[in-house]
Amino acid sequence: MTGKIHLNYVIPGDDFTRAGEASGEVKKKLKQMGVSPEAVRKVAISMYEGEINMVIHANGGTIDVDISTTDITIVLKDNGPGIKDVALAMQAGYSTAPDKVRALGFGAGMGLPNMKKYSDNLIIDTKLGYGTTVTIVVKIG
Amino acid sequence: MTVEDVKDVLGARVICGEEHLKREAHTACGADMMSDVLAFVKDQCVLLTGLCNTQVIRTAQMMDVVCIVFVRGKKPDQAMIDLANECEIPLLCTGHRMFSACGMLYESGLRGGASY
Repeated sequence: MTGKIHLNYVIPGDDFTRAGEASGEVKKKLKQMGVSPEAVRKVAISMYEGEINMVIHANGGTIDVDISTTDITIVLKDNGPGIKDVALAMQAGYSTAPDKVRALGFGAGMGLPNMKKYSDNLIIDTKLGYGTTVTIVVKIG
Repeated sequence: MTVEDVKDVLGARVICGEEHLKREAHTACGADMMSDVLAFVKDQCVLLTGLCNTQVIRTAQMMDVVCIVFVRGKKPDQAMIDLANECEIPLLCTGHRMFSACGMLYESGLRGGASY
């Protein structure tokens, strides 16, 4: 692979059935490019968790993916309510998701812990009332 | 154990992905919370669930799940079937409840896919 590849997705916030489309596309793309299965898996899970969070909590947003020869960087940006207590949100099992989200199979408080588990670097930049930007880095090879 | 073995053990009906029945399954996981599946499932896993929406298929896609078994007679809709076909994930349906279906597979030699 030569040079960087950039991908951009707009995530609608009002359609839960479409959540995960972008992550699915990126996973396919990385497999086609011959990226290692471990790195593909890490990107797929961490990005999907972020995409789901975006739909559940922030009425959608944008995702930018940069693929280089050494790493994959995913930036998830939303204009949602922001995260009040990041340390608390990072604890496995803590969730502010409403019951209707739990009925859909999410909101178990594993989203951010999973993103941390499956990324090599996770940066959360959030401001109450303004939104959240999550940056995930997964190293290749 | 192959997907076909899973089908036979559970007396399950194949909804789609008949061409993938020879796939090997190494582990299984029973869950209705997809968050837990994303947290704990390993590769080449059979997913048993009573949850029936497109995010079950999406989650399986991300986790490289070998096949999905819907328990308690749950039936996926056409959008789920289309997505499963696109992702090449076989869908099976059984009338057994979650506990029974997991027990039957365990008794046949399949073990849990959780890592803690």
